[in-house]
Amino acid sequence: MNLLNQHQVETANSCIQCGLCLPTCPTYILSGKEVSSPRGRIQQIKYFNSNPINLSDEFISEMNYCLDCQACETACPAGVKYGSLVESARNFITTENQTVLKKYLKKILLNGFFSNQKRFIIISKILRFFQNISFFNLVKIFNRKILLFPNLNQTFYSENNLEFYLSIATKRFSVALLTGCIMDIAFKKIHDDTIEVLRQQGCDVYIPKMQGCCGSIHGHNGEHDEAKRLANLLKSKFNVEKFDAIISNSAGCGAFIKEYPINFDSSFSTFSNKVLDFAEFLSKINFIPSKNKLNVKVTYHDACHLAHSQKISSQPRDLIKLISGIEYKELNESSWCCGSAGVYNITHFEDSIKILDRKMENINKTETEFCVASNPGCIIQLEYGAKKSNSNVKIIHLATLLRMTYV
Amino acid sequence: MINKTTLNKIKEIVGSKNYFDSHAYLLSYSYDATPLIHQKPDAVVFPNNVEEISKIVRLANEYKFAIVPRGSGTGLSGGSVPIEDSIILVTSHWNKILEFDEKNFTVLVEPGVITANLQSYVEDRNLFYPPDPGSSSISTLGGNVAENAGGLRGLKYGVTKNYVLGLEVVLPTGEIIFTGGKSIKDVAGYNLKDYFIGSEGTLGIFSKLLLKLIPLPESKKTILVEFSTIEDAINSINEIILSRITPSMLEFIDKLTLQCIEAYAKLGFSNSVETVILIEVDGNKFYVEESCEKIKEIVLKNNSLSFQISKDTAEELKLKKARKIAFSSLARVKPTAISEDVVVPRSELLKMVTQINSISKKHDVQIGTFGHAGDGNLHPIVLCDERDTKNLNNALRAVNDIFDASINLGGTITGEHGVGIAKREYLTKQISNPGIEMMRKIKKSIDPNSVLNPGKIFDLKPKCEGKLPSNQKQVEEYLAKDLWI
Repeated sequence: MNLLNQHQVETANSCIQCGLCLPTCPTYILSGKEVSSPRGRIQQIKYFNSNPINLSDEFISEMNYCLDCQACETACPAGVKYGSLVESARNFITTENQTVLKKYLKKILLNGFFSNQKRFIIISKILRFFQNISFFNLVKIFNRKILLFPNLNQTFYSENNLEFYLSIATKRFSVALLTGCIMDIAFKKIHDDTIEVLRQQGCDVYIPKMQGCCGSIHGHNGEHDEAKRLANLLKSKFNVEKFDAIISNSAGCGAFIKEYPINFDSSFSTFSNKVLDFAEFLSKINFIPSKNKLNVKVTYHDACHLAHSQKISSQPRDLIKLISGIEYKELNESSWCCGSAGVYNITHFEDSIKILDRKMENINKTETEFCVASNPGCIIQLEYGAKKSNSNVKIIHLATLLRMTYV
Repeated sequence: MINKTTLNKIKEIVGSKNYFDSHAYLLSYSYDATPLIHQKPDAVVFPNNVEEISKIVRLANEYKFAIVPRGSGTGLSGGSVPIEDSIILVTSHWNKILEFDEKNFTVLVEPGVITANLQSYVEDRNLFYPPDPGSSSISTLGGNVAENAGGLRGLKYGVTKNYVLGLEVVLPTGEIIFTGGKSIKDVAGYNLKDYFIGSEGTLGIFSKLLLKLIPLPESKKTILVEFSTIEDAINSINEIILSRITPSMLEFIDKLTLQCIEAYAKLGFSNSVETVILIEVDGNKFYVEESCEKIKEIVLKNNSLSFQISKDTAEELKLKKARKIAFSSLARVKPTAISEDVVVPRSELLKMVTQINSISKKHDVQIGTFGHAGDGNLHPIVLCDERDTKNLNNALRAVNDIFDASINLGGTITGEHGVGIAKREYLTKQISNPGIEMMRKIKKSIDPNSVLNPGKIFDLKPKCEGKLPSNQKQVEEYLAKDLWI
């Protein structure tokens, strides 16, 4: 097995080593070492692609140290798709070179938990029980990481009986909503708000049941085959012709689903082409703002998988500015990763917190009441950061902010 | 290979936390931004202070290994690429602004401070550090001084050397000196400071830089003009300058580059546009207004297709976008982009651009040209694929011809990237043999054991050594060819 496919070899070779990625890379700024920069990692990946035996521990840890935030892709003058190289390297490391125990543990976590929607819901319910009896507060004493665990919902959309919600305004579109895995068990409110805003904009909103995980968690962690299986499963739940768009309100899922055709095969094209991010969709359909005033100060944090992977950064800002009464403040280093990065804040807790501290310093400087972020991972991470830095800023999804104008 | 004992001695000096010789490190410090050139060092070190640098340099003299200083590794001539039996000495982590002297308009910085960081620091204080190389978002000031970096503002504000007041340097024999100071005038002895500026790491390692600041211009305006012929564009450039206006930026973009920009970013340049020039005027409000009016008259007279002027910062950025992404747009077309930086006297600009176009046709390689037309500095970007030998050789031949053309027009082979390794073999085209020999003598007297970045800029030994002419006929041949013996 090769580390990179032919297309990726071309990608790696198109790096012109200019170094313009360095100032945008959180791990390079943290370490100050070229080995921990996108440019350095591409050289290492190229080397191990031609010399795949004896992967060094250093290489493995370097590939895992990367946040895969893809800020370097936005900065890259040559348009190198760095994220796909690092993900392939991780996939290669998983299949070729990992201890049996580690492999097994990871499989249990990824495949046992996220891969099967029914099991996922049962486990979530058990966890919810423990959360409801405040068991986590006890654990907190032993391990701070537990604070990164989101509050689980009392009901899940995947179990909801209602399969669609009719438009409240004059009907303009039929759309479907991606409910996701974490979003479904821990962010029901965001789904509620998304559905409400879409209905206000003249959309009938369909919610196919038992959609399951899109596979991004697996894809980003080197489980390519399992990711593809889940992608096929997800695709099968949607009757694509029926919808004008399939809405994603989670940046990470949206980015991964849009890349199905590149990562897997062209059979996903019709499905993936229909997938639009919530903000992307609203700006495409000429969003009609509510007349209600919202007199609050708001700033916006770019989720990596929205700004860098999907290149969506002006649309959410424009939507926020359309709300009457709002005072918008631009966030310094807004497109910097918050350190959440999938499961990075669990696997690299200390590094993740250093990155988070820098982000919170910038957010707190804006002195705003709300910070909008459009990805569940970012929201959990930033809420933790707000608590940690004793800040009053509320971290909310764009849908939640827009919905506030309808109350 | 440097032997293990010596490497251990180096490790003792910096401490094991700051010493690296693992494969990943050697690989990651085997290059800078120069295409086609790479070589692994034997170790990478991050010294903690100037004394440690001095100790390493003394050790190098004793145990005969080479030291290659490195900042962020964004150089374009291979100045910080390792050579055989060398260690890489990094100072990019020395990134503190040590002193801001508001009364004397100076700033004392460590060599690892990022150019753009210094710029925003001083601009917050209503002062200005003009040198603005393309990589300013990550290039270090130490590297800028070592390469005498230029940039977009050369025409009005000069280059890095115009802003260096003093340097703390570790000499190749290990002594630490401070040369220069805050005095504007200073003629005490030889101007040692200037030996180090642009010395490409061959004469000393910087540990502190004393830089000059100037007042931040009160206002500025950006202008973008389209032309249907190169002649009209370059005539406009010359007329603007002859009318005694000195823009802070006067940039030029050719047809191929424009096509690539359109393919990449779709900024809306129509196909009839052959050339674009970008102008920035800064200074007090009245001067800026008046200059913009004059420029408008000049370009209209020269058949400009359009004239756009910025009203605010957002528009300014919009107009500058094409120039900003010029290199990116070209770099996407082929895997290898050889970026040159020839400079000709401004009066010869049109001839140079025309010749680059015919060189491109002659060797069948794509060359996109843009650059700092105002100071005669052009960036012909030769596009090729280094894995295709024929294509690469054509590209290198084109580069060679571009250098010849520049020298014939009274220009230089490099205006801001430096010679390093990439242009070493071409230096003799421009500098006469006694000139090169003088450089060698300077190097030899300051660095007798050749420990600092040896073999960069010029070969340390005369070229004909090893096959010296043996009979009278050969000697005459050598003399006829102007080869120095």
